[in-house]
Amino acid sequence: MALAPGSVTWLRGRNGRGKTSLLRLLAGLSSPADGEFRVAGQTLREGGAAWRSHWLYVGHQNALKDDLTAFEALRFLADLHGMPADAAGLAQALKRMGIHNRQQAPVRTLSQGQRRRVALARLLLSRSVPLWLLDEPFDALDADGITALNSVISEHAAAGGCVLLTSHQALSLAHPVPSVFDLEPYVCA
Amino acid sequence: MTRSVFMTVLRRDLKLASRRRIDALLPLAFFMVALSLFPLGVGPEPKTLQEIAPGIVWVCALLASMLSVNALFNGDLADGSLEQMLLAPTSSIALAAAKAAAHWLLTGLPLIVATPLAGLMFGMSAPAIAALALGLTLGTPILSLLGTLGAALTLGLRSGGMLLILIVLPLATPALIFGAGAVGMVEAGLSASGHFSLLGALLICSLIGAPVATAAALRISTE
Repeated sequence: MALAPGSVTWLRGRNGRGKTSLLRLLAGLSSPADGEFRVAGQTLREGGAAWRSHWLYVGHQNALKDDLTAFEALRFLADLHGMPADAAGLAQALKRMGIHNRQQAPVRTLSQGQRRRVALARLLLSRSVPLWLLDEPFDALDADGITALNSVISEHAAAGGCVLLTSHQALSLAHPVPSVFDLEPYVCA
Repeated sequence: MTRSVFMTVLRRDLKLASRRRIDALLPLAFFMVALSLFPLGVGPEPKTLQEIAPGIVWVCALLASMLSVNALFNGDLADGSLEQMLLAPTSSIALAAAKAAAHWLLTGLPLIVATPLAGLMFGMSAPAIAALALGLTLGTPILSLLGTLGAALTLGLRSGGMLLILIVLPLATPALIFGAGAVGMVEAGLSASGHFSLLGALLICSLIGAPVATAAALRISTE
């Protein structure tokens, strides 16, 4: 399996087929029993911790703290990953995801879809990260949210980035047309 | 870069604690309430209280530290923050150190500040109170570092709380013995520098060893 720059790959498979497990393996959260994963020709072991700055993983969980405001929660994630983020950049990212009017609201008061938007606003701060690993990014998003996310993904691919994502819904992404990677043939009985 | 992850996580933990002040005050409240129960239980005889005070203060400090240690990583594991912290492009040792530092600032430091009050409550002499506070200053970081390690090892386990106590308390007993022993030496008019040196050595060992072990344990627990 190879992911080319400028491509979007849709990882498919039924429930329990290991889509999330594969993404976690690629992100370096768990280690494979066999096989290896190279980004720009190097494995995580060879590249060390700093090699992790070559990819970004947005998991099923939003990683937002209930007691922080949406703005603070996003700033924490940006700082953690060493992404350049001033207040204007953060506000711009939240605005792009259509959640800027709630940026001072505690995460606890946001709906599931609004939380997802805040978590995905991180993508806008990570344009320089070549590989995006997104686990069910469209989950809980409404039509507006899906459109916003599609345009962010398209821009990233157009700039030479590469996206691997899972989704239960059919993708409505037009540019680039996602290539499908189906896990079904790889499942052990 | 490493410092920035350390500061980022530390600042966030302090901010979260400031949003839940009552929860953050629980270890200190436990410490003071438990201490004030001893004169009622043991009897108000000043000589007895003076004798048992160092041990009691240390035991209460140990238990108060363990009170908040269980929640150290659980919330971050549940909402996915821990995954993101482990994915930061720096070593996870900074994360482990930041968590221990936050725990000490929120638990250990308030206990040290409250120690003179506890000493007065038990009628301890000024030099003995000073020795007790100095001992706790060296000892509470050890408790926070060991607690963080225990919390990382038992993360995600069903009866993790029980296991955590069983792992951490035996490791923390040397600090308890030397910390309480130092006050005994001062009260007997002897030099306590040997006890303080040993506490310092324990602190250095935990500072070097615990964050590395915690980082490794976190990786295993989240796999």
